[in-house]
Amino acid sequence: MTDTAWIDNALTSARPQAVGALLRYFRNLDTAEEAFQNACLRALKSWPQNGPPRDPAAWLIMVGRNVAIDDIRRGRKQAPLPEDEAISNLDDAEEQLVERLDGSHYRDDILRLLFICCHPDLPATQQIALALRIVSGLNVKQIARAFLVSEAAMEQRITRAKARVADADVPFETPGAVDRTERLAAVAAVVYLIFNEGYSASGDTAEIRSPLCEEAIRLARLLLRLFQSEPEIMGLTALLLLQHARAAARFDSDGAVILLDDQDRSKWNSKMISEGLALIDKAMRHRRSGPYQIQAAIAALHARAETPADTDWTQIDLLYGALEVMQPSPVVTLNRAVAVSKVRGAEAALEMIEPLAARLSNYFHYFGVRGAFLMQLGRNDEARVAFDRAIALANTSAEAAHIRMHIDRLMRDSRPRGATAGK
Amino acid sequence: MLYAILCYHDEDTTGSWSREHDAAVMKKLAVVQDGLRQQGRLGPVARLLPTTSATTLRKDDPPVVLDGPYAETKEQLLGFYVVDCKNLDEALDVARDLGKANPGGAYEIRPVGMFTPGSIPT
Repeated sequence: MTDTAWIDNALTSARPQAVGALLRYFRNLDTAEEAFQNACLRALKSWPQNGPPRDPAAWLIMVGRNVAIDDIRRGRKQAPLPEDEAISNLDDAEEQLVERLDGSHYRDDILRLLFICCHPDLPATQQIALALRIVSGLNVKQIARAFLVSEAAMEQRITRAKARVADADVPFETPGAVDRTERLAAVAAVVYLIFNEGYSASGDTAEIRSPLCEEAIRLARLLLRLFQSEPEIMGLTALLLLQHARAAARFDSDGAVILLDDQDRSKWNSKMISEGLALIDKAMRHRRSGPYQIQAAIAALHARAETPADTDWTQIDLLYGALEVMQPSPVVTLNRAVAVSKVRGAEAALEMIEPLAARLSNYFHYFGVRGAFLMQLGRNDEARVAFDRAIALANTSAEAAHIRMHIDRLMRDSRPRGATAGK
Repeated sequence: MLYAILCYHDEDTTGSWSREHDAAVMKKLAVVQDGLRQQGRLGPVARLLPTTSATTLRKDDPPVVLDGPYAETKEQLLGFYVVDCKNLDEALDVARDLGKANPGGAYEIRPVGMFTPGSIPT
């Protein structure tokens, strides 16, 4: 470990709690962020000499608060930092503060901070950018890189988001049970979005964007530590872990997508799978099902299967059925149809997705799946039409390449295979 | 005499390690472990999954199952080693070597009263 790596780690891990407490204190995101930055500068100066404080977050809150108050009193932002001695005796201050932090504020502080970044008034792209900037502490350059946009564009996006939440009305009182549940759901949704930004990347960008998946997992674990008995937060964390566990097996050396059935399962991360399975086990004990738990349970069935043939498609079909009831969406039905094709054959699956045609008429996966079902039934001409449409709708070159592979197979194997397809 | 070396560290900190940093720490720890293994002094080694995956059974009557680790502490029990050492000094030396490979947090060194090697094939 380099000399300052431990400081960076400590600052990163203390960040949500410290910024959250400073936000409660100053009720202004910019002031809170600036106070935290100033505290970090002092930490970089003081910790290497004095060693780490017993509670880094408490230290940063105390110092950040004092420096900011000092700035406000002087009425000028660019004032030089006060000498360390001016910040009274840090040890005593820490003692007092630790007691108060342990009191319970911190849970709502972090949730409030996340909730402000995930404010429902913001478009999703801004929610994600703001959460990564404020809560995770990624710099604008890192976020811009992950989103494949210029730094200037990302800077602007974040500035806009901040201006918008500054006007938004977020109560600073301790939230009641209902408010807390609503906030938690909004925050969980954004954590999931952050993950998907990383997960949906492919090819060249997969490597660049995979830190988004790791950050989302870190945030999910943070939420889970704050709300240890929330089965949906267990489900969310499990879902992210089980999906990300497959990262190393999802693309070939050219960056083309490798479908689940064709992945080298020895490349799956067994530690992440164990953790994901442990969490879904814990969640199920609560018998309070929810969309994240169901999706995690589906991912768990894939993770448990040693070979594709071992996959329990009947159970997956049932789980998607439950998800359809809870969260009706044509995409869920489309996913269910894949399970149905394994259990009851391509004909039943095709019948299931016919009614979705209108709503998914611009959806790449719809035509990819439809083409695959038709191909299984030996209806190659119709399959070709569906695949052509899929290529036209592909979001990434990897998606297009994958469909082209199907078309190649169609051309090679023009002999109808419908007679044996299905079971 | 057998000593358990219990590893405590702030999970938030170890959780923010990058993959590369985590791998580098594990590699350095493996060197220390290999040395002990070659001397026939290394017992079971375990790295525990995060405390978020923990469940606690309180042995009330009837027993109560709770989500989360038993103790809410600033630093969490993240793993343990069992090592054969002549005395406390030697155990402390092992802990120091492990600490050099993986700084931060603390090791609790506890003499083991009873030990059965178990039957899990590895």
